[in-house]
Amino acid sequence: MRKPVFLLCLFLASAASAQQANVIKFDKLQALIDAKSDQVQVINFWATWCAPCVKELPLLEKLNAANDPTVKVTLINLDFADKLDKVNAFIARKNMKTDVLLLDEIDYNTWIDKVDKSWGGAIPATLIINPKNGRRKFLDKELQEGDLEKLIAEVK
Amino acid sequence: MKTKMQSLVMLICAGILFAGSTTSYQLGDSVSDFKLKNVDGKMVSLSDYKSGKGVIIIFDCNTCPYSRAYNDRIIGLNKKYASQGFPVVAINPNDPAQSPGDSFDEMAAVAKKKHYDFPYLQDLSQEVAHAFGASNTPHVFVLKKDGSDFKVAYIGTIDNNTRDASAADKKYVEDAVNALLENKPVATPKTKAIGCGIRWKNS
Repeated sequence: MRKPVFLLCLFLASAASAQQANVIKFDKLQALIDAKSDQVQVINFWATWCAPCVKELPLLEKLNAANDPTVKVTLINLDFADKLDKVNAFIARKNMKTDVLLLDEIDYNTWIDKVDKSWGGAIPATLIINPKNGRRKFLDKELQEGDLEKLIAEVK
Repeated sequence: MKTKMQSLVMLICAGILFAGSTTSYQLGDSVSDFKLKNVDGKMVSLSDYKSGKGVIIIFDCNTCPYSRAYNDRIIGLNKKYASQGFPVVAINPNDPAQSPGDSFDEMAAVAKKKHYDFPYLQDLSQEVAHAFGASNTPHVFVLKKDGSDFKVAYIGTIDNNTRDASAADKKYVEDAVNALLENKPVATPKTKAIGCGIRWKNS
């Protein structure tokens, strides 16, 4: 009996100092894609079970940590919504600082095309939008070092 | 010198061939025959299925949670449709170097454990996955026999609820095969799904 309580305390303690994932529906993601902001939106689709996604996360964390006022990074998590605890534990363990939104939309065909028509649905995938000039880039493969900076420069 | 020249010409030709083959199968396209090794060690070809009405090709793997979530449903598709002329043929396109859980031995272990009564083929060169334009696992291509050809009649996901089979209310593959069995057009011939990207070889 004691062990689960201890683990729960440990989890709560670590969760208190780290990000928590917010569960959203597609309308929130649509609002982010359509945002009339001055910032370039970098939207990355990932899941805790996706090895290449986990591998590229440090590149997005680094971009977020640079605190560039012209860039906003958002991580859209595609784990199942009943795995929220697992996602939050992952965020705490990796000490992630970037905003994480868990997209709870299991009927994928209702929204994949709204993100990008060319997207087949494989993750990782990254969407970069400059709301000021409407330029956008979509990459449906693993990011390599320097890719994000290059894509951001291309939409500016 | 001659051999060097020959290999250069070969390289250029290979380059042209590759450049020409980047467009993958679309709906209605005829599919070229392929031959891949099954988990029982025997080679399986698409042309082995000439006497049936079609084939449900599923690019699948051992390691992807979406593949695991759909595993029983894939076994169920073969149980339901093999006897009606549309058997399942599963193909694992993942590079075992990058995904050791998808090695030939691991594939054989999964097929044995889950009592696969359909082929589970290894696409080691990834040429078949490239030809089909498969992008993730599981990724389904329903082929309809048309004369001596196999033509693509459906591309996409199995149904609209990965997490919970009982909550799926759009069973795309079943609907497509049912329509083909009745010689009707497939109402939703193309869908998309979140899935694990195929682990391509490092080029």
